Amino acid sequence: MSPSGDGVAKLATGISGFDEVALGGLPATRTTLVSGTTGSGKTVFAGDFLAQGIRQFGQPGVFVTFEEGPDDIRANLASFGFDVARWEDEGMWAFVDASHQPDEDEEMVAGSYEFNALAARVRHAAETVGAKRVALDSLGVVFARFQDPAVVRLELTRVIAGLRDLHITAVLTVERTNEYGGVGRFGMEEFVADNVVILRNVIEDEKRRRTVEVLKFRGAPHRSGEFSFTIVPGSGISVLPSALITMGEPSSQERVSLGNADLDTMCGGGPYRDAVTFVSGPTGVGKTLAACTFLAAGVAAGERCLLQSFEETRDQVLRNAASWGIDLAEMERTGLLRIVSQYPEVASLEDHYVAMREVIQDFRPQRIAVDNLSALERVATQRGLRDFIIGLTAFLRQNQIASVFTAATSNLLSTESVTETNASTLTDIIVLLRYVEVAGTVRRAICVLKARASDQDRRIHEFTIDDRGLHIGEPFAGLSGILTGSVAQWPTGATIAPGGAGE
Amino acid sequence: MATYSYRIYVAGNRPESSRAVANLRALCEASVCGDYELEVVDVFHQPDRAEVARVMVTPTVIKLAPLPRRRVLGDLSDGRAAAAALGLPGPDEHCRRS
Repeated sequence: MSPSGDGVAKLATGISGFDEVALGGLPATRTTLVSGTTGSGKTVFAGDFLAQGIRQFGQPGVFVTFEEGPDDIRANLASFGFDVARWEDEGMWAFVDASHQPDEDEEMVAGSYEFNALAARVRHAAETVGAKRVALDSLGVVFARFQDPAVVRLELTRVIAGLRDLHITAVLTVERTNEYGGVGRFGMEEFVADNVVILRNVIEDEKRRRTVEVLKFRGAPHRSGEFSFTIVPGSGISVLPSALITMGEPSSQERVSLGNADLDTMCGGGPYRDAVTFVSGPTGVGKTLAACTFLAAGVAAGERCLLQSFEETRDQVLRNAASWGIDLAEMERTGLLRIVSQYPEVASLEDHYVAMREVIQDFRPQRIAVDNLSALERVATQRGLRDFIIGLTAFLRQNQIASVFTAATSNLLSTESVTETNASTLTDIIVLLRYVEVAGTVRRAICVLKARASDQDRRIHEFTIDDRGLHIGEPFAGLSGILTGSVAQWPTGATIAPGGAGE
Repeated sequence: MATYSYRIYVAGNRPESSRAVANLRALCEASVCGDYELEVVDVFHQPDRAEVARVMVTPTVIKLAPLPRRRVLGDLSDGRAAAAALGLPGPDEHCRRS
């Protein structure tokens, strides 16, 4: 628990990425309504909330289930690696089974009633395990079973007030019918919770995307807007922290080599250890070569390097690199290089993100190259791709992993949803590779558009590719329009009139 | 063993609970004379028993006998409906005389 700006304490949930969105966690000793449509991940969220409490903070929890029986919940959560039965044995987890099973006695109503029995059971379970967290999942069936909504609301309010008296932080899940619209079907939010989180499972551009949004925390700050998340088999919910990462000055003063001395010089001395370098250019111009060159330099320096290819198969990658004199297969044999090749279509973007994090956490590379991001556009929305890039680069920075990302277009980061500001906070170095047509021949041009905190070479150089790799030559002299593709040649000896066409 | 057997879950001295116990006793006395058993469980004192029986609300009456088992929720304030729900026959003149 940590006090936030104005004194409302937060309880860190431990749900991966969520606390960054919630600016520290859920309001402590309060109940937060978690609303979502069927299949939006409410039960997983509720279970993850308790599981992370036990795993990361040693805080016992109570799961109040209205819908599925405890057996179903145990089985469901086991698929995320949560051994609920063991935690029950250890006295860290207790169920309150408020589900209504079909084989149960017939039930009739004759007169007025209260939820004192439920309140007493929750209190008893909470006191038995010493609960700091309670999850109640989910309200819809309660309203179906006890048909007077006013009574149900009143009684649930009482249950929640009881939790507050016990200083318990709780989540209460509730169904909603539409992804956008009222918070819940039963008007619960007006009665029960000052704090509302929405889970969504939306389809955008025919691509499925899960998001989480903190709608309100009474008296406590939170980030606004929707953030992508994924449900990961074996570990639970993982929220991509998205655009909330702000970048200061490079935190590492150590520079690494891009594998080409001239390119390092152009970048003002090579990227910093935690830098993100973008290499953009059209197909075949040499992006993959730049990525491989960067990794080869890492392996030569004894660093572990990871190549994540979204474009080519392993064999294609090996063959191409061999043609530039880079023996990736041999590097793999030394154990310093790992190649992961996956077509974008095999998984959702969020799943790719999580898979990459797992590989990185397992292999602990010091360098990583991702080739190429544009291939991911096939399975991602704009917003989703931006979240992916931001989440991944933030993760790499935190872990001081030098990275090179390739992209097939120069405007990947200047699309409508990604402003210039975003692009500049995302990357440290931007290298442009271009084809240039000069006097009837196609030549290659390279330019360092930006190098954070470094004095880069602003000139556009020619470069060539052969069986020994990439070679940077002289600056193109007397040409303009190289970056835009329409090259014009200054007449020999031309001078620019004062105040003339030079600007 | 009596022909009619009930267990009623109550919440301390909450008005609904007290009314339900009184109403249940009165209904039984009026319709089956003394031929009933009644167990009162206070969920505040025995929450574990409420847990085992998965009782949500108070008052809850469980009709244990005669079978089939049945649950009746509420304070049983509507005598006629409550008697029907509890499986009790109508008022018996003999009970009143005895």
